[in-house]
Amino acid sequence: MTPSGTKVRVKAMTPPGHIRAPFYLRGKTGEIERVLGPFRNPEQLAYGLPASQKILYRVRFTMAELWGDAAENPADTLDAEIYDHWLEEA
Amino acid sequence: MPHDHHDHLSPSGHPYRQDNDAPLTYFQRMEIAVRELLIEKGHLTQAEIATQIDRMDARSPANGAAVVARAWTDPDFKARLMENAGDATRDMGFDIGPLHLVAVENTADTHNMIVCTLCSCYPRNLLGLPPDWYKTRAYRSRAVREPRAVLREFGLDLPETTRIRVHDSTADMRYIVLPARPVDTDGMDEAALAKLVTRDSMIGTGLPLAPENT
Repeated sequence: MTPSGTKVRVKAMTPPGHIRAPFYLRGKTGEIERVLGPFRNPEQLAYGLPASQKILYRVRFTMAELWGDAAENPADTLDAEIYDHWLEEA
Repeated sequence: MPHDHHDHLSPSGHPYRQDNDAPLTYFQRMEIAVRELLIEKGHLTQAEIATQIDRMDARSPANGAAVVARAWTDPDFKARLMENAGDATRDMGFDIGPLHLVAVENTADTHNMIVCTLCSCYPRNLLGLPPDWYKTRAYRSRAVREPRAVLREFGLDLPETTRIRVHDSTADMRYIVLPARPVDTDGMDEAALAKLVTRDSMIGTGLPLAPENT
């Protein structure tokens, strides 16, 4: 489990199927806002498969990180829930 | 964008909805088949299904408004709400089931706004059914990219010094915004305060009403 405050990057992968890591966050770096705990992996649940437990995090990104110069206000933030297997240390 | 309805008008000016004459879709046929089987085999009755639909329809933003008004008047409850909103609201009789609820608080310098970019996740136990616009591609894509422009269209022009925090409800959490208590409401009780709390103020696309507007 990775503690709050850790810098993480959403893996820039594009596997097929039902996934919950939105495309616009892939490859983007943020900070763990809080640890939500273990949840059954929706990527398996969606297909009626036995689902393993994955740690779910709330990750906070700045609008500057997501949209660059196009950000309305670079310091505004976006929080999203991302599963552990989608994150790597940044 | 803040319009919920797209009614057609007849030539005489009466709103109407077009008749649904298209064949049933695959999933509509499957739902009917499963429902009929469950009833035929004695697992459920039609009356139980109707009761459950009534229960779902009875949920409205009044539930969320009661939660917000209590948080404004009861500091212990507010602390519990911020710590674990699912448990705090379950204690008030609003069960979110297997989902988890997170409350995010608006302050003098922070404004929160909720979106579900993947589909339409929404705290239905507290707010009822989501408005149509919440499910549109326009709201879902623009709320994360240009939240300030979206908020202006809702009539909310926030200064650059206000930090906007957008929450994308991508997995198992549901979110409710705890709006800031309006000024000049010191003498008001919980029931009167709840009347100031609008649905949009709990999604973050609006603010509570001022007391003179109720």
